[in-house]
Amino acid sequence: MSPDLLKLIFGRLGIDSLPLHEPIVVGTFVVVALGGATLLAGLTYFRLWGYLWREWFTSVDHKRIGIMYMILGIVMLLRGFADALMMRGQQMLAFNGSEGYLNAHHYDQVFTAHGVIMIFFVAMPLVTGLMNYVVPLQIGARDVSFPFLNNFSFWMTVGGAVLVMASLFIGEFARTGWLAYPPLSNIGYSPDVGVDYYIWALQVAGVGTTLSGINLICTIVKLRCPGMTMMKMPVFTWTSLCTNILIVASFPVLTVVLALLSLDRYVGTNFFTNDFGGSPMMYVNLIWIWGHPEVYILVLPAFGIFSEVTSTFSGKRLFGYTSMVYATVVITILSYLVWLHHFFTMGSGASVNSFFGITTMIISIPTGAKMFNWLFTMYRGRIRFELPMMWTIAFMLTFVVGGMTGVLLAVPPADFVLHNSLFLIAHFHNVIIGGVVFGAFAGINYWFPKAFGFKLDQFWGKMSFWFWVSGFYLAFMPLYVLGLMGVTRRLRVFDDPSLQIWFIIAAIGAVFVLIGIMSMLMQFAVSFLKREQLKDVTGDPWDARTLEWATSSPPPDYNFAFTPVVHDNDAWWDMKRHGYQRPLTGFKPIHMPSNTGTGVILAGFATAMGFGLIWYIWWLAAGSFIAMLAVGIGHTFNYHRDFDIPADDVVRTENARTKLLAGVK
Amino acid sequence: MITDTHAAHADDHHHGDDHAHGTFSSYMLGFVLSVVLTAIPFWLVMSGALPSKQITALVIMAFAVVQIVVHMIYFLHMNTKSENGWTMMALIFTVVMVVIALSGSLWVMSHLNSNMMPMHEMTGMK
Repeated sequence: MSPDLLKLIFGRLGIDSLPLHEPIVVGTFVVVALGGATLLAGLTYFRLWGYLWREWFTSVDHKRIGIMYMILGIVMLLRGFADALMMRGQQMLAFNGSEGYLNAHHYDQVFTAHGVIMIFFVAMPLVTGLMNYVVPLQIGARDVSFPFLNNFSFWMTVGGAVLVMASLFIGEFARTGWLAYPPLSNIGYSPDVGVDYYIWALQVAGVGTTLSGINLICTIVKLRCPGMTMMKMPVFTWTSLCTNILIVASFPVLTVVLALLSLDRYVGTNFFTNDFGGSPMMYVNLIWIWGHPEVYILVLPAFGIFSEVTSTFSGKRLFGYTSMVYATVVITILSYLVWLHHFFTMGSGASVNSFFGITTMIISIPTGAKMFNWLFTMYRGRIRFELPMMWTIAFMLTFVVGGMTGVLLAVPPADFVLHNSLFLIAHFHNVIIGGVVFGAFAGINYWFPKAFGFKLDQFWGKMSFWFWVSGFYLAFMPLYVLGLMGVTRRLRVFDDPSLQIWFIIAAIGAVFVLIGIMSMLMQFAVSFLKREQLKDVTGDPWDARTLEWATSSPPPDYNFAFTPVVHDNDAWWDMKRHGYQRPLTGFKPIHMPSNTGTGVILAGFATAMGFGLIWYIWWLAAGSFIAMLAVGIGHTFNYHRDFDIPADDVVRTENARTKLLAGVK
Repeated sequence: MITDTHAAHADDHHHGDDHAHGTFSSYMLGFVLSVVLTAIPFWLVMSGALPSKQITALVIMAFAVVQIVVHMIYFLHMNTKSENGWTMMALIFTVVMVVIALSGSLWVMSHLNSNMMPMHEMTGMK
């Protein structure tokens, strides 16, 4: 075939795009391919495809979508953590003239992929998954406002993840760092597909995130059960509301910045070039207008989880509910006023730097208020040290350390010393692991019995807890030290042999975290095997306080047979105290949305379009785009959107629960 | 569609679904105002009635802001009461965010531009 025809069909994709010269990548590919083949064969053998497609992939049930988000987050955590282990190994070895085992080309991709995956495809899915699962239950709703949109959002996030994963084996990923600053990310310095993978993975996933944000805002504003005024909402719902407002307000900025960068790369505009009137500094400015709210998008729901957990396991109403709500709202606004602290050293001068330094310090006040609220909730409470509470206490200790190093970094003169050093790396891992990851784990341990009807195993949970926490300290405290000694981030080889010991300690810490992750997977497996022993039939295993515990575990498709009526902040606690009786008769048919495969198909075309754009396969990009429009318009003619669960089915489900509950007493 | 399942409690928990849909005259008024507010900037540019381009640009910006308000009132039917005040709240939040992002970026970028961009004479720097 002529080269022109090949180019027309395959764009710049060719045999030489496959990283066959990288033994590590080839090895990984073999393992992934074998694992994937086993999984696919298993699914086929056990005839699970139809079940998965009908009951899960096409599901518009917020509970199933939430669980799928969590699975996505945990799977991507394994990938992101594998990158972390590779970095720790490389930095531990590359001393005394050794080059380590990763060449610069590969190492740069590893640290970029680590950052992108951990933020966009681990932290975001975990947080979104928990919000998706819990929020409708907490507000007594039957689903989110737009169930089909929810399914579509999830699959767009998966589409982004698929593109990032594809870059491992087809072509390469960006070598720019996780925010892809120009001019390095411009076509002149990054002519290959790496940055394009970055752009399109984030654009595809970003659509999902934005739409899911709109969906959850609408759900919280519109679908609260009667009596639940704003100031009677559970704190987790409040923090979810603020997070989703932040998502809707900030993700468009990311979309636009990446769109401008792609215009620079694809059609030769000069938004972020050094010459022709462009300014790369504008990119840095804009991307942090998204980037700083993003960290609060991640941590606010975690704060909500800790609030629920602390109050449940202390057996007390949350201390300072009102101040908690106001602190959350203040953080929401303030998170928009601090973005420049990410580039104090770029040269905006004393006045600008002092303004943003001060706003950054101010944001620690509402955060500190929250910390005291949790402490006062625990004060004189009857604390039960179950796993969610353990994660919460680990968070409180760890996050305070991270917060204080953050305030230290907020001082511009100090930042000039510490900018882009390992001190910064230690700081943000301290707050993201200590805050978001511990929060997600607290949430998983807390709500798992709600989602599956049995508790998680204590022993492996504690193993995971202790290895994670000690591993975190071992891995990141040395980085604080190294940062103070002036070691900068993203280095591949080192000259000074006296630094090596710190990197060895950090690598040991990473191995501890690995054991922690493995223990968690073990915890899931063991709990599944022991599910009869760990079974909870009450639907309220923790003696908890909010509405999601009022229904069965797992909840029926319709969540609540009758919409609950709320009189107090801790609605379920209030109902229990006042001798609430479950209604046993008078069930009516329940109107529910139907499953649809359109979300999967649309996201599939969007991903194919991204792939076409990355490789300059224009027919694929255009074709997928047209197909996407066609399917989208076609879906508007789908009138089979809803159905009624017959009253008989509701009666059967509720009677089964009545029988179970009677067995307990 | 899912909101239908909540029709039962939509009554006792009223969200204000009584959208004001406007009357013929309010739509006409909005339309006329929009046309006028569009025509004046055109005329300003075409005729060059104002002494400098900068003033013209500023006046056009001002007309654009008024235009936005007209659209919000007459076509989007926004007022302080619709949707229990949520639309107003959302509007205020949006305006705050946009003002922060725009004014902040202008402030930051003008400092960065004067401090860091090449081709400036040394005397121009503070």
